[in-house]
Amino acid sequence: MHMIEAIIKPAALDPVKARLASLGILGCTAMECRGFGKQKGHTERYRGGRMDVGFVPKIQLKIAVRSEDLDKAVDAVTSAARSGEVGDGKIFVYELGKVVRIRTGEQNDDAL
Amino acid sequence: MNATRIRWGLALSLPLWVGLAAASPAWAQDAATTAEAAAEAVEEGVSAEMFTVNNLWIMIAGCMVFIMHLGFASLESGLTQAKNTVNILFKNTMIVSLGILTYALIGFSLMYPGEWGVAGVLGWTGWGIPLPPGGQTSAYDAGYTYHTDFFFQAMFAATAATIVSGAVAERIKLGPFLIFIIPIVAISYPITGSWQWGGGWLSTLGGDDAGFIDFAGSTLVHSVGAWAALAAVIVLGPRLGKYAADGTVNPIPGHNLALATIGVFLLWFGWFGFNGGSVLTADAAAVSLVLTNTALAAAAGAVAAGLLAYFVTRNADLTMALNGILGGLVAITASANIQTPMTAIIIGIIGGVIVVVSIIGLDRLRIDDPVGAISAHGTCGVWGTLAPGIFGASAGVTQLGYQVIGVVSIAAFTLAFAFIVALAVKATLGFRVDEAEEIEGLDLGEHEMSAYPDFPRVYIKSYHTREI
Repeated sequence: MHMIEAIIKPAALDPVKARLASLGILGCTAMECRGFGKQKGHTERYRGGRMDVGFVPKIQLKIAVRSEDLDKAVDAVTSAARSGEVGDGKIFVYELGKVVRIRTGEQNDDAL
Repeated sequence: MNATRIRWGLALSLPLWVGLAAASPAWAQDAATTAEAAAEAVEEGVSAEMFTVNNLWIMIAGCMVFIMHLGFASLESGLTQAKNTVNILFKNTMIVSLGILTYALIGFSLMYPGEWGVAGVLGWTGWGIPLPPGGQTSAYDAGYTYHTDFFFQAMFAATAATIVSGAVAERIKLGPFLIFIIPIVAISYPITGSWQWGGGWLSTLGGDDAGFIDFAGSTLVHSVGAWAALAAVIVLGPRLGKYAADGTVNPIPGHNLALATIGVFLLWFGWFGFNGGSVLTADAAAVSLVLTNTALAAAAGAVAAGLLAYFVTRNADLTMALNGILGGLVAITASANIQTPMTAIIIGIIGGVIVVVSIIGLDRLRIDDPVGAISAHGTCGVWGTLAPGIFGASAGVTQLGYQVIGVVSIAAFTLAFAFIVALAVKATLGFRVDEAEEIEGLDLGEHEMSAYPDFPRVYIKSYHTREI
């Protein structure tokens, strides 16, 4: 079991969600977040001045998947979130020790 | 990209400045003094006191119509998403300003030509607002001075344009929108206005004493704005995610219903000036009847829309009740001076019902109007214009015929004009922002600003259901 943590542009949220759903990967947590990378934030203007907005709005997705689904899920997020421009985001993958479905008590792969 | 945008802006504003410069000699004429005005008034058979009172009321009414622009700005920003707030407020700021300037430059002269180039259809007496021979006296009009006339009418003109801005919100490019709206307010609105208020062909349909009735502008102002909005919305297309491929309509909630409510109440307040001032004198009986009818129709519209929405959707929908107020107000505007309080209530109730049905119906047709402007001002404007053929002292088949002719001719002219301008702008500059900008918000895309920099932007929304 793996956790896919993807930082994506807000505009990519719907395409990613639709692509995952089409693969049968149902279940994901989305969070509003802000961050910066090589893009170093963006700038806004106010009363003639320019100001650095160091942290750009992004969306963080957390998707837990069975190990056999990992590659296709990562491919799905990558292709759906890619615009080709700076700021498309990053994907981090790490192993999960345990998963429990609260309603039934099912564990691990059964809970995904 | 920004430098390009600024250059475009400067280039496009050039005709305005050149025109203003060309018209400035006409504005340099001496204004008549108050004493002269009063003396003239006495000669014309209106007492100096009454002339002053009449004029004062129209000036106050004009100021009240002005506050409607704040009402529109509040309502439109309240009913749209937070990420587009700077954009919609900027549009409203520019519309009222460009509207007043262009109305001085060309619109007032087109709308009240005095002499016609094409009899009853098109007239033009020149640039600017030079004082006519009657000047600031009652020789010009027993009710008001020339400048009061201009001031009151200029506040109206910008109203028609502001109606468009709400309907096309959240997806239209800023520059192309302004380029689209200037000919609407400077040329199209005054031409159709001249057909009735300028003494043109609609006002004399039935000879010198009978014709089309549109007291304060259900058709001349409100429908004109709505027809222009309808053309623009059809050319633009709906917002992303509004209509799913399977036909589902996804509501996109406005970000601040408190602001929307403040806006509607300001509009209601301003409407007392809009209709009350349209009496064009301070005649006690006439103005008080108009104010009573205006208040009753708005109240009836709110109650009717609120109840209908409750029975259709089983929730007490604030936005529908607010639109009901506007529906009632638009509906009574054409005949507020000739209805009784009872018929005003009936007209308001029907206006409130129509606005709800129209909002739901337009969504079925996939015509995306974020603030319901086409329904409140267009559909209810048509109803209000037909109403004096059905209710009140003027009711009758002949009158109803005149009303239909007025509605259809002005709708046809405005739709044709607006479609041509919208398609021309779309073909040259593009009309709509790209998809990424629409999702990120027009505040950042068009303005590089946020309306609420100290609050988080919300991108994860329940209505993210657009087809990919």
